[in-house]
Amino acid sequence: MAGSRLQRAAFGVAVTGAYGLILAPVLAVIVISVFAQEIVSFPPTGFSLAWYANAWEKREFARGFATSLQLALAATAIGVPLGTAAALALARARLGGLRGALNTLLLGPLAVPGVVAGTALYLFYVRAEFWVDDDIKGTLPGLVAAHVLLTIPWTVRLVLASLQGLDRAAEEAAANLGARPFTVFRRITLPMLRPGVVAACLFSFIQSFENLELTLLLVGPGRTTLPVAMLNYLEFRVDPTLAAVATVQIALVGALMLITDRFVSLSRVV
Amino acid sequence: MGTLTLDAISRRYATTIAVERVDLDVAQGEFVALLGPSGCGKTTTLRMVAGFVPPSSGRILIAGRDVTKAPPHGRDTGMVFQSYALFPHMTVGENVAFGLEMRKVARAERDARVREALRLARLDGLADRLPRQLSGGQQQRVALARALVVNPAVFLLDEPLSNLDAKLRAEVRIEIRALQQRLGLTTLFVTHDQEEALTMADRLVVMERGRVRQIGTAEALYERPADAFVAGFIGRCNLLRGTPEAPGQFRTATGALLPRLPLAAPAGSVLALRPERITVATEGTGLPARLMAVTYLGAQTEYHLDLAGTRLLAIAPTPAEGDPRRALAPGDAVLAHWDPAEARLLPAEPGDLPDDAT
Repeated sequence: MAGSRLQRAAFGVAVTGAYGLILAPVLAVIVISVFAQEIVSFPPTGFSLAWYANAWEKREFARGFATSLQLALAATAIGVPLGTAAALALARARLGGLRGALNTLLLGPLAVPGVVAGTALYLFYVRAEFWVDDDIKGTLPGLVAAHVLLTIPWTVRLVLASLQGLDRAAEEAAANLGARPFTVFRRITLPMLRPGVVAACLFSFIQSFENLELTLLLVGPGRTTLPVAMLNYLEFRVDPTLAAVATVQIALVGALMLITDRFVSLSRVV
Repeated sequence: MGTLTLDAISRRYATTIAVERVDLDVAQGEFVALLGPSGCGKTTTLRMVAGFVPPSSGRILIAGRDVTKAPPHGRDTGMVFQSYALFPHMTVGENVAFGLEMRKVARAERDARVREALRLARLDGLADRLPRQLSGGQQQRVALARALVVNPAVFLLDEPLSNLDAKLRAEVRIEIRALQQRLGLTTLFVTHDQEEALTMADRLVVMERGRVRQIGTAEALYERPADAFVAGFIGRCNLLRGTPEAPGQFRTATGALLPRLPLAAPAGSVLALRPERITVATEGTGLPARLMAVTYLGAQTEYHLDLAGTRLLAIAPTPAEGDPRRALAPGDAVLAHWDPAEARLLPAEPGDLPDDAT
C-alpha cells in the first residue's frame, strides 16, 4: 500500500510539474503585462495598466489584429471545407495506390518548417505576379492562400479521425429510408462529423492567427499580421507592451476554446 | 407490402464467391429466415436486396418490380441493422420521422404516424430523448419503429437481436413475430442462431459457403433434411459415414451394420439419425451397445453409446425413479433401437460433417 501511495504522490508531482512548465510562461506574460516599470525586473516597482493603453495607441497592433482576424477567418472558411472534402476522399474514395501519396501531400505542410514554406511561397508569388501582372505578396488574398495551407493538415487529420469513428450503417439506414446521397451527407454524415469539423475550425483559426514564420516574408506595407507587428516592435523596444498584446491574444484563444467546448467536448476529438 | 423474388442472384469478388445463384420467393406477409454459419453469404444476400451490394448477376424483384439496378433509396425496403444504426444527433421522434420526411409526407400525417409507430413499439413518452439516453432494448425498438413507419414493401432484419442479452432476446423475438403477423409484413431475416430462425420464421433458407442448401419449414428441414450439412446444422444429429448395403442396411466405417430406411436412396454416403429417435433399453429388441457416458440434464438424459466401434448419441426423457434405466452407468451393456424409417441416407460434401475437419 505504501508503494502505491508513493506512486500516486510521484504521479501528482509529475502532473503538477508538467502543468507548471506549460503554464508558467503564460502566467509570466500576464503578470509582466501589469508591471509598472519599463525594464522587466523583480520585485516590480508597482502595477499599472499603462502598457495596455500603449498597445491600444500603437495603431500597428490594432491594424495587425484586424488583419490577423480577417486572415484567420478567411483561411478557416476556405481551408476547413477543402480539408473536410479531402478527408472524405481519403477515407471513402477508391484511390488505390494514390491514397498514401495524397495523405502525405495533405499532411505535408505540418512537416515543412514555416520559414522554408514561406520562402518557397515568396519565390512562387514573385514568379506568379509576373504571370498575372498583379500584386500577390502583401495582399490579403496572397496571405489567405498561404494560410489555407496551414489549416488543411489540421482539418484533414481531425476530420479523418471523426470519420474513422463514424458508423456507416447510419448512412445506409438513411439511404434505406429514402434519402438521396447528398441528403444523406447533409442530414447524417455532416452532423455526425460535427465535433471533428468544429475542432478543425478552432485549430485552423489558431494556427493562422498565431503564425509568424510562414507569414514573415509575405506581409507587405500596411498589411501586417499581429505576430509580425509584435516582432517588428521587438526590434526597437523591449517593454511590457508586448506582454499586454500577448495577454489579449491569450484571452482571445482561451475564450474561443471555452466557447467551442460548449458545443463539442474537445477532449473527445483531439 | 409486397412479394420479394431473388432470381439466381450471385455476388462474386476478385478471389471469392460470396453468393452463388440464390433463388428465393418470399410471399406477401411471409417471414423467411436466412440461416447459416458466419461467412455463408446470408448478410451479403440481404444487403443485395437492400441495394448496398450490387449483384454480379441475377435479378431482384420487389412487389413485381425489377429493382436490381435501383439505388437503396429507390427500393422501398425497411431495414433494421445489427448495430441499430440510429441517427445519434436526432431525437427518437426525429429518427422515426426521417423516412416519412424523405417521402414528403405532410406534417400533420407525419406526426400522427410517428406517434402510432412509437405506441406500437412501446416507446410512448420517449419521442424527445436522444438514442444514447435509451437502453439497448429501447434503441432496438426505435430501429424497428423507424423501419416500419414508412410501410415498406419488404421488411429486412440483419441479426437485430444479437446485441441484446438472452432474456430480452427471447422477449423481442416474440414481439417482432407478433408485429410481423399483425401487420402482414413480407420479411427477410438474417441470423446465425437456429433457435431464433426456428421460432420466428415461416420458412428457413439454410445457406453455406454462398449457396442455398435447402429451403423449407422448420419441420421439413428437421424431418427431411436434404443433405448432411442441413441435418447437422438444424438440431442435433448422428451423422455416420459408411456404405449402404441392401436391403435396408448400412455399414459404418467401423464395420457396424445398422438398419436404415429401405429405399433406393440417392448416392448418399452418410446415415443421419436424430438422437431422440433412438431408444435405449436394458431388455427387449435392439442392437447391443455399450454405454460410454450418461449425462443427466433434468428433463432429458443423454446416452453416449458405442455400437461395435461406432459412436451414437441417444437422447431420451429422463426415466422415472425406480425405472431400471435410471441406474444405467458407463460400461453397462444396453440395447439401442430405432425405427429404420428414422435412419436416412443423405448426400454429403466434404466438410459437411463435424469430424471432417480433422
